[in-house]
Amino acid sequence: MSEDIYREMILDHYRNPRNKGKIEDPDIRINDSNPLCGDEISIDLKVEGDIIKDIKFDGRGCAISQASASMLTEMVSNKPLTTIKDITKDDVLENIGLTNLGPARIKCALLSLKVLKLGMVKYYVDRDPSSAAQMKDESKVF
Amino acid sequence: MQALLDVRKIRQDFPILNRRLNDGKRLVYLDNAATTQKPNEVIDAICRYYSEYNSNIHRAVYQIAEEATEEYEGARENVRKFINAKYQEEIIFTRNTTESINLVAYSWGNANIKKGNTILLTEYEHHSNIVPWQILCKSRGGKIKYLEVDEDGYLDLEALEELLSRKGDGKIKLVSLSEMSNVLGTIFPAREIIRIAHEKNIPVVLDGAQSVPHMKTDVQQTGCDFLAFSAHKMLGPTGVGVLYVKKAILEQMKPFISGGDMIKEVHKENTIFNDLPYRFEGGTPNIADVIGFSSAIKYLNRIGMDNVRDHELEMTAYLLSRIQEIKNIKVYGPKIAKDRGGLVSFNIEGIHPHDCATILNDFGIAIRSGHHCAQVLMEKLDIVASSRASLYIYNTKEEIDILIDALNHARRIFNI
Repeated sequence: MSEDIYREMILDHYRNPRNKGKIEDPDIRINDSNPLCGDEISIDLKVEGDIIKDIKFDGRGCAISQASASMLTEMVSNKPLTTIKDITKDDVLENIGLTNLGPARIKCALLSLKVLKLGMVKYYVDRDPSSAAQMKDESKVF
Repeated sequence: MQALLDVRKIRQDFPILNRRLNDGKRLVYLDNAATTQKPNEVIDAICRYYSEYNSNIHRAVYQIAEEATEEYEGARENVRKFINAKYQEEIIFTRNTTESINLVAYSWGNANIKKGNTILLTEYEHHSNIVPWQILCKSRGGKIKYLEVDEDGYLDLEALEELLSRKGDGKIKLVSLSEMSNVLGTIFPAREIIRIAHEKNIPVVLDGAQSVPHMKTDVQQTGCDFLAFSAHKMLGPTGVGVLYVKKAILEQMKPFISGGDMIKEVHKENTIFNDLPYRFEGGTPNIADVIGFSSAIKYLNRIGMDNVRDHELEMTAYLLSRIQEIKNIKVYGPKIAKDRGGLVSFNIEGIHPHDCATILNDFGIAIRSGHHCAQVLMEKLDIVASSRASLYIYNTKEEIDILIDALNHARRIFNI
Protein backbone atom coordinates (compact mmCIF):
# COMPACT_ATOMS: atom_id res chain seq x y z
CA MET A 1 0.00 0.00 0.00
CA SER A 2 1.20 3.47 -0.75
CA GLU A 3 0.93 4.55 2.91
CA ASP A 4 3.94 2.29 3.42
CA ILE A 5 5.83 4.12 0.71
CA TYR A 6 4.91 7.69 1.50
CA ARG A 7 5.93 7.65 5.14
CA GLU A 8 6.97 10.79 6.96
CA MET A 9 10.67 10.23 6.34
CA ILE A 10 10.21 10.12 2.55
CA LEU A 11 7.86 13.09 2.52
CA ASP A 12 10.22 15.05 4.77
CA HIS A 13 13.20 14.51 2.46
CA TYR A 14 10.96 15.28 -0.53
CA ARG A 15 9.76 18.57 0.92
CA ASN A 16 13.02 19.55 2.65
CA PRO A 17 15.74 17.93 0.59
CA ARG A 18 19.21 17.90 2.15
CA ASN A 19 22.18 19.03 0.09
CA LYS A 20 20.05 20.33 -2.75
CA GLY A 21 21.58 22.74 -5.23
CA LYS A 22 24.86 23.20 -7.08
CA ILE A 23 28.50 23.45 -6.04
CA GLU A 24 30.50 26.23 -7.55
CA ASP A 25 33.47 24.77 -9.44
CA PRO A 26 32.81 21.11 -8.56
CA ASP A 27 35.34 18.33 -9.15
CA ILE A 28 32.58 16.15 -10.51
CA ARG A 29 29.36 17.23 -12.20
CA ILE A 30 27.18 14.53 -13.66
CA ASN A 31 23.55 14.02 -14.54
CA ASP A 32 21.19 11.42 -15.92
CA SER A 33 17.47 10.99 -16.47
CA ASN A 34 14.93 8.22 -16.32
CA PRO A 35 13.54 7.80 -19.85
CA LEU A 36 10.39 6.26 -18.42
CA CYS A 37 9.23 9.40 -16.67
CA GLY A 38 11.70 12.11 -17.62
CA ASP A 39 12.90 12.53 -14.03
CA GLU A 40 16.34 14.12 -13.84
CA ILE A 41 19.08 14.11 -11.20
CA SER A 42 22.37 15.94 -11.34
CA ILE A 43 25.06 15.59 -8.70
CA ASP A 44 28.00 17.86 -7.92
CA LEU A 45 30.92 16.68 -5.80
CA LYS A 46 33.93 18.35 -4.23
CA VAL A 47 36.70 15.88 -3.55
CA GLU A 48 39.73 16.51 -1.35
CA GLY A 49 42.34 13.79 -1.00
CA ASP A 50 39.81 11.18 -2.05
CA ILE A 51 37.29 12.34 0.59
CA ILE A 52 33.89 13.68 -0.50
CA LYS A 53 34.07 17.10 1.14
CA ASP A 54 30.85 18.42 -0.37
CA ILE A 55 27.98 16.92 -2.32
CA LYS A 56 24.89 18.53 -3.78
CA PHE A 57 22.12 17.18 -5.97
CA ASP A 58 19.62 18.92 -8.16
CA GLY A 59 16.73 17.72 -10.28
CA ARG A 60 13.06 17.30 -10.82
CA GLY A 61 11.15 14.17 -10.05
CA CYS A 62 8.86 12.17 -7.85
CA ALA A 63 8.99 11.90 -4.06
CA ILE A 64 10.85 8.61 -4.25
CA SER A 65 13.62 9.79 -6.58
CA GLN A 66 14.11 13.10 -4.78
CA ALA A 67 14.00 11.67 -1.26
CA SER A 68 16.34 8.88 -2.28
CA ALA A 69 18.82 11.38 -3.72
CA SER A 70 18.61 13.50 -0.59
CA MET A 71 19.31 10.52 1.67
CA LEU A 72 22.10 9.26 -0.57
CA THR A 73 23.97 12.56 -0.28
CA GLU A 74 23.84 12.24 3.50
CA MET A 75 25.06 8.67 3.26
CA VAL A 76 28.28 9.51 1.38
CA SER A 77 29.10 12.95 2.69
CA ASN A 78 32.61 13.08 4.21
CA LYS A 79 33.28 9.48 3.19
CA PRO A 80 36.04 8.31 0.85
CA LEU A 81 35.06 8.47 -2.82
CA THR A 82 35.73 4.74 -3.12
CA THR A 83 32.83 3.93 -0.77
CA ILE A 84 30.54 4.72 -3.72
CA LYS A 85 31.90 1.57 -5.35
CA ASP A 86 30.58 -0.59 -2.54
CA ILE A 87 27.08 0.88 -2.27
CA THR A 88 24.59 -1.65 -3.64
CA LYS A 89 21.03 -1.09 -4.71
CA ASP A 90 19.87 -2.93 -1.59
CA ASP A 91 21.87 -0.52 0.59
CA VAL A 92 19.96 2.38 -0.94
CA LEU A 93 16.56 0.70 -0.72
CA GLU A 94 17.16 -0.25 2.92
CA ASN A 95 18.43 3.21 3.74
CA ILE A 96 15.23 4.80 2.45
CA GLY A 97 13.10 2.03 3.88
CA LEU A 98 11.55 0.93 0.58
CA THR A 99 12.36 -2.69 -0.03
CA ASN A 100 9.03 -3.60 -1.66
CA LEU A 101 8.99 -1.30 -4.67
CA GLY A 102 7.73 -2.63 -8.01
CA PRO A 103 10.03 -2.78 -11.05
CA ALA A 104 8.88 0.59 -12.41
CA ARG A 105 9.27 2.58 -9.19
CA ILE A 106 12.55 0.94 -8.21
CA LYS A 107 14.19 2.89 -11.04
CA CYS A 108 13.04 6.12 -9.40
CA ALA A 109 14.65 5.09 -6.13
CA LEU A 110 17.96 4.12 -7.76
CA LEU A 111 18.39 6.99 -10.23
CA SER A 112 20.58 8.97 -7.83
CA LEU A 113 22.82 5.98 -7.10
CA LYS A 114 23.24 5.45 -10.82
CA VAL A 115 24.24 9.10 -11.28
CA LEU A 116 26.62 8.98 -8.32
CA LYS A 117 28.38 5.88 -9.66
CA LEU A 118 28.64 7.44 -13.11
CA GLY A 119 30.24 10.47 -11.49
CA MET A 120 32.77 8.40 -9.60
CA VAL A 121 33.73 6.49 -12.75
CA LYS A 122 34.11 9.72 -14.69
CA TYR A 123 36.32 11.15 -11.93
CA TYR A 124 38.73 8.23 -12.02
CA VAL A 125 38.75 7.83 -15.80
CA ASP A 126 39.39 11.57 -16.30
CA ARG A 127 42.45 11.25 -14.10
CA ASP A 128 43.60 7.93 -15.49
CA PRO A 129 42.16 7.17 -18.96
CA SER A 130 43.81 3.74 -18.89
CA SER A 131 41.42 2.71 -16.09
CA ALA A 132 38.40 3.01 -18.42
CA ALA A 133 38.17 -0.71 -19.16
CA GLN A 134 38.57 -1.62 -15.53
CA MET A 135 35.93 0.93 -14.42
CA LYS A 136 33.43 0.04 -17.15
CA ASP A 137 31.19 -2.05 -14.92
CA GLU A 138 31.48 0.06 -11.82
CA SER A 139 28.57 2.34 -12.76
CA LYS A 140 26.11 -0.51 -13.13
CA VAL A 141 23.35 -0.40 -10.58
CA PHE A 142 20.99 -3.05 -11.87
CA MET B 1 -31.88 10.88 -18.87
CA GLN B 2 -31.45 7.58 -20.62
CA ALA B 3 -27.86 6.53 -20.95
CA LEU B 4 -26.46 6.80 -24.45
CA LEU B 5 -24.84 3.39 -24.37
CA ASP B 6 -25.86 0.31 -22.48
CA VAL B 7 -22.56 0.36 -20.63
CA ARG B 8 -23.52 -2.43 -18.25
CA LYS B 9 -24.08 -4.71 -21.19
CA ILE B 10 -20.93 -3.53 -22.94
CA ARG B 11 -18.86 -4.22 -19.81
CA GLN B 12 -19.95 -7.84 -19.86
CA ASP B 13 -18.20 -8.24 -23.21
CA PHE B 14 -14.81 -7.38 -21.66
CA PRO B 15 -13.49 -10.20 -19.46
CA ILE B 16 -10.68 -8.10 -17.99
CA LEU B 17 -13.19 -5.73 -16.41
CA ASN B 18 -14.17 -8.53 -14.02
CA ARG B 19 -10.58 -8.98 -12.95
CA ARG B 20 -9.93 -8.64 -9.25
CA LEU B 21 -6.54 -7.17 -8.45
CA ASN B 22 -4.21 -8.39 -5.70
CA ASP B 23 -6.14 -6.85 -2.84
CA GLY B 24 -9.54 -7.78 -4.25
CA LYS B 25 -10.23 -4.41 -5.81
CA ARG B 26 -11.92 -4.25 -9.18
CA LEU B 27 -9.84 -2.85 -12.04
CA VAL B 28 -10.76 0.75 -12.90
CA TYR B 29 -9.13 1.07 -16.28
CA LEU B 30 -8.52 4.70 -17.25
CA ASP B 31 -5.54 4.35 -19.58
CA ASN B 32 -7.41 3.97 -22.84
CA ALA B 33 -5.32 6.53 -24.68
CA ALA B 34 -2.40 4.11 -24.24
CA THR B 35 -4.35 1.00 -25.22
CA THR B 36 -7.93 -0.20 -24.87
CA GLN B 37 -9.25 -3.49 -23.54
CA LYS B 38 -10.49 -6.21 -25.90
CA PRO B 39 -13.99 -7.68 -26.05
CA ASN B 40 -14.51 -11.44 -26.13
CA GLU B 41 -15.32 -11.49 -29.81
CA VAL B 42 -11.95 -9.98 -30.73
CA ILE B 43 -10.11 -12.49 -28.54
CA ASP B 44 -12.26 -15.29 -30.00
CA ALA B 45 -11.63 -14.23 -33.61
CA ILE B 46 -7.88 -14.49 -33.03
CA CYS B 47 -8.26 -17.91 -31.36
CA ARG B 48 -10.50 -19.10 -34.17
CA TYR B 49 -7.92 -18.21 -36.82
CA TYR B 50 -5.21 -20.14 -34.98
CA SER B 51 -7.39 -23.11 -34.13
CA GLU B 52 -9.41 -23.42 -37.34
CA TYR B 53 -7.73 -21.95 -40.42
CA ASN B 54 -4.18 -20.91 -39.55
CA SER B 55 -2.31 -20.63 -42.88
CA ASN B 56 -0.41 -18.09 -44.92
CA ILE B 57 -2.41 -15.77 -47.14
CA HIS B 58 -2.54 -14.74 -50.81
CA ARG B 59 -0.61 -17.61 -52.44
CA ALA B 60 -1.80 -21.05 -51.39
CA VAL B 61 -4.79 -22.64 -53.13
CA TYR B 62 -6.07 -24.98 -50.44
CA GLN B 63 -9.24 -24.34 -48.46
CA ILE B 64 -7.99 -22.95 -45.16
CA ALA B 65 -5.57 -20.58 -46.94
CA GLU B 66 -8.46 -19.27 -48.99
CA GLU B 67 -10.42 -18.76 -45.80
CA ALA B 68 -7.53 -16.88 -44.22
CA THR B 69 -7.06 -14.70 -47.30
CA GLU B 70 -10.74 -13.93 -47.37
CA GLU B 71 -10.77 -12.88 -43.70
CA TYR B 72 -7.60 -10.81 -44.08
CA GLU B 73 -8.87 -9.00 -47.18
CA GLY B 74 -12.29 -8.72 -45.56
CA ALA B 75 -10.58 -6.81 -42.76
CA ARG B 76 -9.19 -4.40 -45.34
CA GLU B 77 -12.68 -3.80 -46.68
CA ASN B 78 -13.97 -3.26 -43.13
CA VAL B 79 -11.27 -0.67 -42.51
CA ARG B 80 -12.06 1.02 -45.84
CA LYS B 81 -15.71 1.36 -44.92
CA PHE B 82 -14.89 2.42 -41.37
CA ILE B 83 -12.94 5.46 -42.54
CA ASN B 84 -14.94 5.84 -45.78
CA ALA B 85 -11.97 5.53 -48.11
CA LYS B 86 -12.81 5.32 -51.79
CA TYR B 87 -10.68 2.31 -52.67
CA GLN B 88 -9.51 -0.80 -50.85
CA GLU B 89 -6.04 -0.29 -52.34
CA GLU B 90 -5.70 2.80 -50.20
CA ILE B 91 -5.58 0.72 -47.00
CA ILE B 92 -2.16 -0.58 -45.94
CA PHE B 93 -1.71 -2.73 -42.84
CA THR B 94 1.34 -1.90 -40.75
CA ARG B 95 2.37 -2.72 -37.19
CA ASN B 96 1.15 0.51 -35.60
CA THR B 97 0.75 4.26 -36.08
CA THR B 98 4.49 4.75 -35.66
CA GLU B 99 5.26 2.38 -38.54
CA SER B 100 2.57 4.02 -40.67
CA ILE B 101 4.18 7.44 -40.22
CA ASN B 102 7.61 5.95 -40.87
CA LEU B 103 6.30 4.50 -44.13
CA VAL B 104 5.24 7.98 -45.23
CA ALA B 105 8.52 9.54 -44.11
CA TYR B 106 10.73 6.96 -45.82
CA SER B 107 8.74 6.40 -48.97
CA TRP B 108 7.01 9.70 -49.74
CA GLY B 109 9.47 11.80 -47.75
CA ASN B 110 12.67 10.55 -49.36
CA ALA B 111 11.21 11.14 -52.82
CA ASN B 112 9.73 14.57 -52.13
CA ILE B 113 11.65 16.36 -49.37
CA LYS B 114 14.65 18.21 -50.68
CA LYS B 115 17.24 20.55 -49.21
CA GLY B 116 15.57 23.67 -47.85
CA ASN B 117 12.07 22.17 -47.69
CA THR B 118 10.18 22.56 -44.46
CA ILE B 119 7.81 20.10 -42.78
CA LEU B 120 5.23 21.66 -40.49
CA LEU B 121 4.33 19.84 -37.28
CA THR B 122 2.66 21.13 -34.11
CA GLU B 123 4.02 21.45 -30.60
CA TYR B 124 1.67 18.81 -29.24
CA GLU B 125 2.77 15.93 -31.47
CA HIS B 126 3.53 12.46 -30.11
CA HIS B 127 7.16 11.43 -30.62
CA SER B 128 5.97 9.10 -33.38
CA ASN B 129 5.05 12.16 -35.41
CA ILE B 130 8.30 14.00 -34.69
CA VAL B 131 11.22 11.57 -34.76
CA PRO B 132 10.64 10.08 -38.27
CA TRP B 133 10.55 13.62 -39.68
CA GLN B 134 13.71 14.61 -37.80
CA ILE B 135 15.54 11.61 -39.25
CA LEU B 136 14.20 12.38 -42.74
CA CYS B 137 15.18 16.05 -42.51
CA LYS B 138 18.68 15.19 -41.25
CA SER B 139 19.28 12.95 -44.24
CA ARG B 140 17.58 15.17 -46.86
CA GLY B 141 18.60 18.59 -45.53
CA GLY B 142 15.05 19.60 -44.71
CA LYS B 143 13.77 21.59 -41.76
CA ILE B 144 10.99 21.16 -39.22
CA LYS B 145 8.77 23.95 -38.00
CA TYR B 146 6.32 23.63 -35.13
CA LEU B 147 2.97 25.38 -35.14
CA GLU B 148 2.41 26.74 -31.64
CA VAL B 149 -0.36 25.57 -29.40
CA ASP B 150 -1.82 28.18 -27.05
CA GLU B 151 -2.34 28.05 -23.26
CA ASP B 152 -5.79 26.51 -23.55
CA GLY B 153 -4.67 23.87 -26.03
CA TYR B 154 -5.81 25.38 -29.31
CA LEU B 155 -4.03 26.12 -32.60
CA ASP B 156 -4.02 29.50 -34.28
CA LEU B 157 -5.37 28.85 -37.77
CA GLU B 158 -4.38 32.34 -38.96
CA ALA B 159 -0.79 31.60 -38.01
CA LEU B 160 -1.13 28.31 -39.89
CA GLU B 161 -2.38 30.10 -42.99
CA GLU B 162 0.48 32.59 -42.80
CA LEU B 163 3.07 29.81 -42.45
CA LEU B 164 1.59 27.82 -45.32
CA SER B 165 1.65 30.90 -47.58
CA ARG B 166 5.43 31.32 -47.29
CA LYS B 167 7.26 31.09 -50.56
CA GLY B 168 10.88 30.44 -51.52
CA ASP B 169 13.23 29.33 -48.77
CA GLY B 170 11.17 27.97 -45.88
CA LYS B 171 8.25 26.96 -48.05
CA ILE B 172 6.20 24.27 -46.33
CA LYS B 173 6.24 21.02 -48.29
CA LEU B 174 4.18 18.84 -45.94
CA VAL B 175 1.96 19.23 -42.89
CA SER B 176 1.77 16.36 -40.40
CA LEU B 177 -0.40 16.65 -37.30
CA SER B 178 -2.51 14.68 -34.87
CA GLU B 179 -6.23 15.13 -35.08
CA MET B 180 -6.40 14.81 -31.30
CA SER B 181 -3.68 15.51 -28.74
CA ASN B 182 -2.86 12.59 -26.45
CA VAL B 183 -2.03 15.02 -23.64
CA LEU B 184 -4.25 18.08 -24.04
CA GLY B 185 -7.20 16.09 -25.32
CA THR B 186 -7.97 18.81 -27.87
CA ILE B 187 -9.72 17.72 -31.05
CA PHE B 188 -8.32 19.88 -33.81
CA PRO B 189 -10.32 21.03 -36.84
CA ALA B 190 -8.71 18.60 -39.29
CA ARG B 191 -11.07 19.43 -42.15
CA GLU B 192 -10.39 23.15 -41.92
CA ILE B 193 -6.63 22.67 -41.54
CA ILE B 194 -6.55 20.36 -44.57
CA ARG B 195 -8.65 22.80 -46.61
CA ILE B 196 -6.17 25.59 -45.88
CA ALA B 197 -3.19 23.36 -46.74
CA HIS B 198 -4.78 22.08 -49.95
CA GLU B 199 -5.43 25.65 -51.12
CA LYS B 200 -1.63 25.92 -51.22
CA ASN B 201 -1.23 22.43 -52.69
CA ILE B 202 0.40 21.11 -49.53
CA PRO B 203 -0.39 17.49 -48.61
CA VAL B 204 -1.40 16.62 -45.07
CA VAL B 205 -0.58 13.58 -42.92
CA LEU B 206 -3.16 13.06 -40.20
CA ASP B 207 -2.14 11.09 -37.11
CA GLY B 208 -5.43 9.53 -36.10
CA ALA B 209 -4.12 7.35 -33.26
CA GLN B 210 -6.26 9.20 -30.72
CA SER B 211 -9.14 10.37 -32.91
CA VAL B 212 -10.12 7.42 -35.12
CA PRO B 213 -11.03 5.17 -32.13
CA HIS B 214 -13.32 7.78 -30.63
CA MET B 215 -15.32 9.46 -33.37
CA LYS B 216 -16.61 9.00 -36.88
CA THR B 217 -13.84 9.22 -39.47
CA ASP B 218 -14.43 10.11 -43.11
CA VAL B 219 -11.25 10.55 -45.13
CA GLN B 220 -13.16 11.76 -48.17
CA GLN B 221 -14.80 14.48 -46.13
CA THR B 222 -11.68 15.63 -44.25
CA GLY B 223 -9.64 15.20 -47.43
CA CYS B 224 -6.44 14.07 -45.68
CA ASP B 225 -3.77 12.65 -47.95
CA PHE B 226 -2.45 10.22 -45.34
CA LEU B 227 -4.10 8.87 -42.21
CA ALA B 228 -2.30 6.71 -39.63
CA PHE B 229 -3.88 4.86 -36.71
CA SER B 230 -3.54 1.78 -34.49
CA ALA B 231 -5.88 -1.16 -33.91
CA HIS B 232 -5.03 -1.61 -30.24
CA LYS B 233 -6.41 1.78 -29.28
CA MET B 234 -9.83 0.78 -30.65
CA LEU B 235 -10.55 -2.62 -29.06
CA GLY B 236 -8.26 -4.46 -31.46
CA PRO B 237 -5.03 -6.34 -30.78
CA THR B 238 -1.54 -4.86 -30.61
CA GLY B 239 0.70 -5.22 -33.63
CA VAL B 240 -1.70 -3.85 -36.25
CA GLY B 241 -1.70 -0.35 -37.64
CA VAL B 242 -3.25 1.23 -40.68
CA LEU B 243 -1.94 3.69 -43.18
CA TYR B 244 -4.46 5.22 -45.53
CA VAL B 245 -2.98 6.98 -48.55
CA LYS B 246 -4.93 8.70 -51.31
CA LYS B 247 -4.63 6.47 -54.35
CA ALA B 248 -3.15 9.11 -56.67
CA ILE B 249 -0.32 9.64 -54.18
CA LEU B 250 0.14 5.98 -53.36
CA GLU B 251 0.61 5.13 -57.03
CA GLN B 252 3.71 7.35 -57.07
CA MET B 253 5.23 5.95 -53.90
CA LYS B 254 8.07 3.42 -53.75
CA PRO B 255 7.94 0.43 -51.38
CA PHE B 256 9.24 0.91 -47.83
CA ILE B 257 9.73 -2.68 -46.63
CA SER B 258 10.67 -5.02 -49.44
CA GLY B 259 10.92 -8.77 -49.84
CA GLY B 260 8.26 -11.47 -49.85
CA ASP B 261 4.63 -10.96 -50.80
CA MET B 262 5.17 -7.45 -52.17
CA ILE B 263 6.45 -8.60 -55.59
CA LYS B 264 5.06 -9.81 -58.89
CA GLU B 265 8.29 -11.11 -60.37
CA VAL B 266 11.83 -11.29 -59.06
CA HIS B 267 14.84 -11.82 -61.34
CA LYS B 268 18.54 -11.73 -60.63
CA GLU B 269 18.86 -8.05 -61.50
CA ASN B 270 15.42 -6.59 -61.06
CA THR B 271 11.99 -6.97 -59.52
CA ILE B 272 8.51 -6.04 -60.61
CA PHE B 273 6.54 -4.92 -57.59
CA ASN B 274 3.09 -6.17 -56.74
CA ASP B 275 -0.05 -4.08 -57.18
CA LEU B 276 -1.41 -1.67 -54.61
CA PRO B 277 -1.64 -2.07 -51.67
CA TYR B 278 0.38 -5.32 -51.50
CA ARG B 279 3.63 -3.72 -52.55
CA PHE B 280 3.59 -1.88 -49.21
CA GLU B 281 3.04 -5.01 -47.12
CA GLY B 282 6.36 -6.84 -47.43
CA GLY B 283 6.61 -10.23 -45.74
CA THR B 284 3.94 -12.31 -44.02
CA PRO B 285 1.69 -9.83 -42.26
CA ASN B 286 0.14 -10.09 -38.81
CA ILE B 287 -2.75 -12.17 -40.14
CA ALA B 288 -4.34 -13.21 -36.83
CA ASP B 289 -4.38 -9.74 -35.38
CA VAL B 290 -5.64 -8.11 -38.57
CA ILE B 291 -8.55 -10.57 -38.37
CA GLY B 292 -8.98 -9.65 -34.69
CA PHE B 293 -8.99 -5.99 -35.66
CA SER B 294 -11.73 -6.69 -38.18
CA SER B 295 -13.86 -8.00 -35.30
CA ALA B 296 -13.15 -4.87 -33.29
CA ILE B 297 -14.40 -2.73 -36.14
CA LYS B 298 -17.55 -4.79 -36.38
CA TYR B 299 -18.08 -4.32 -32.65
CA LEU B 300 -17.64 -0.55 -32.91
CA ASN B 301 -19.93 -0.37 -35.94
CA ARG B 302 -22.63 -2.16 -34.00
CA ILE B 303 -22.42 0.43 -31.23
CA GLY B 304 -22.11 3.28 -33.72
CA MET B 305 -19.24 5.76 -33.66
CA ASP B 306 -21.59 8.69 -33.03
CA ASN B 307 -22.78 6.91 -29.89
CA VAL B 308 -19.18 6.24 -28.86
CA ARG B 309 -18.48 9.95 -29.19
CA ASP B 310 -21.63 10.98 -27.31
CA HIS B 311 -20.89 8.63 -24.43
CA GLU B 312 -17.34 9.90 -24.13
CA LEU B 313 -18.52 13.49 -24.29
CA GLU B 314 -20.90 12.87 -21.39
CA MET B 315 -18.16 11.14 -19.39
CA THR B 316 -15.55 13.79 -20.23
CA ALA B 317 -17.87 16.61 -19.16
CA TYR B 318 -18.46 14.79 -15.87
CA LEU B 319 -14.75 14.09 -15.35
CA LEU B 320 -13.81 17.69 -16.16
CA SER B 321 -16.31 19.14 -13.73
CA ARG B 322 -15.51 16.73 -10.91
CA ILE B 323 -11.75 16.91 -11.22
CA GLN B 324 -11.83 20.66 -10.83
CA GLU B 325 -13.34 20.21 -7.36
CA ILE B 326 -9.89 19.05 -6.25
CA LYS B 327 -7.79 21.70 -4.57
CA ASN B 328 -4.55 22.81 -6.21
CA ILE B 329 -5.18 20.86 -9.39
CA LYS B 330 -4.04 22.07 -12.78
CA VAL B 331 -5.96 20.65 -15.72
CA TYR B 332 -4.38 20.95 -19.16
CA GLY B 333 -6.17 21.57 -22.45
CA PRO B 334 -9.57 23.01 -23.35
CA LYS B 335 -12.03 23.93 -20.60
CA ILE B 336 -14.94 22.96 -22.83
CA ALA B 337 -15.74 19.23 -23.01
CA LYS B 338 -16.97 19.28 -26.59
CA ASP B 339 -13.56 20.50 -27.82
CA ARG B 340 -11.98 17.40 -26.29
CA GLY B 341 -11.73 13.71 -26.78
CA GLY B 342 -12.16 11.46 -23.76
CA LEU B 343 -9.03 12.25 -21.82
CA VAL B 344 -7.95 14.69 -19.13
CA SER B 345 -4.34 15.42 -18.14
CA PHE B 346 -3.62 17.08 -14.82
CA ASN B 347 -1.17 17.75 -12.03
CA ILE B 348 -1.87 18.27 -8.34
CA GLU B 349 0.56 20.84 -6.99
CA GLY B 350 3.08 19.14 -4.71
CA ILE B 351 2.40 15.58 -5.91
CA HIS B 352 4.51 14.23 -8.72
CA PRO B 353 2.38 12.32 -11.28
CA HIS B 354 4.31 9.11 -10.61
CA ASP B 355 3.50 9.31 -6.92
CA CYS B 356 -0.09 10.08 -7.85
CA ALA B 357 -0.32 7.00 -10.09
CA THR B 358 1.24 4.80 -7.40
CA ILE B 359 -1.37 5.91 -4.86
CA LEU B 360 -4.21 5.48 -7.38
CA ASN B 361 -3.01 1.94 -7.98
CA ASP B 362 -4.09 1.15 -4.40
CA PHE B 363 -7.65 1.82 -5.56
CA GLY B 364 -7.30 -0.47 -8.57
CA ILE B 365 -7.12 2.58 -10.83
CA ALA B 366 -4.92 2.41 -13.92
CA ILE B 367 -3.94 5.86 -15.14
CA ARG B 368 -0.86 6.99 -17.01
CA SER B 369 1.77 9.29 -15.61
CA GLY B 370 4.79 10.58 -17.42
CA HIS B 371 5.59 12.65 -20.48
CA HIS B 372 3.17 10.66 -22.69
CA CYS B 373 5.76 10.60 -25.51
CA ALA B 374 5.15 14.31 -26.00
CA GLN B 375 8.27 15.94 -24.55
CA VAL B 376 8.10 18.91 -26.95
CA LEU B 377 4.70 19.75 -25.46
CA MET B 378 5.98 19.08 -21.92
CA GLU B 379 8.70 21.67 -22.49
CA LYS B 380 6.10 24.13 -23.71
CA LEU B 381 3.94 23.50 -20.64
CA ASP B 382 7.12 23.71 -18.52
CA ILE B 383 6.45 20.43 -16.75
CA VAL B 384 8.33 17.12 -16.65
CA ALA B 385 5.25 14.96 -16.56
CA SER B 386 1.52 14.85 -15.99
CA SER B 387 -1.12 12.35 -14.96
CA ARG B 388 -3.71 11.37 -17.53
CA ALA B 389 -7.06 9.66 -17.20
CA SER B 390 -8.50 8.49 -20.51
CA LEU B 391 -11.92 6.98 -21.21
CA TYR B 392 -13.67 4.62 -23.54
CA ILE B 393 -17.04 2.98 -24.13
CA TYR B 394 -16.96 0.87 -20.95
CA ASN B 395 -16.14 3.61 -18.45
CA THR B 396 -18.77 4.84 -16.03
CA LYS B 397 -19.44 7.84 -13.80
CA GLU B 398 -18.95 5.53 -10.80
CA GLU B 399 -15.39 4.90 -11.96
CA ILE B 400 -14.80 8.63 -12.25
CA ASP B 401 -16.09 9.01 -8.68
CA ILE B 402 -13.58 6.39 -7.52
CA LEU B 403 -10.84 8.38 -9.29
CA ILE B 404 -11.86 11.62 -7.57
CA ASP B 405 -11.93 9.94 -4.14
CA ALA B 406 -8.50 8.44 -4.80
CA LEU B 407 -7.06 11.82 -5.83
CA ASN B 408 -8.35 13.34 -2.60
CA HIS B 409 -6.76 10.45 -0.73
CA ALA B 410 -3.45 11.25 -2.45
CA ARG B 411 -3.78 14.83 -1.24
CA ARG B 412 -4.27 13.60 2.29
CA ILE B 413 -1.21 11.34 2.12
CA PHE B 414 0.90 14.24 0.90
CA ASN B 415 -0.77 16.51 3.43
CA ILE B 416 -1.82 19.16 0.94
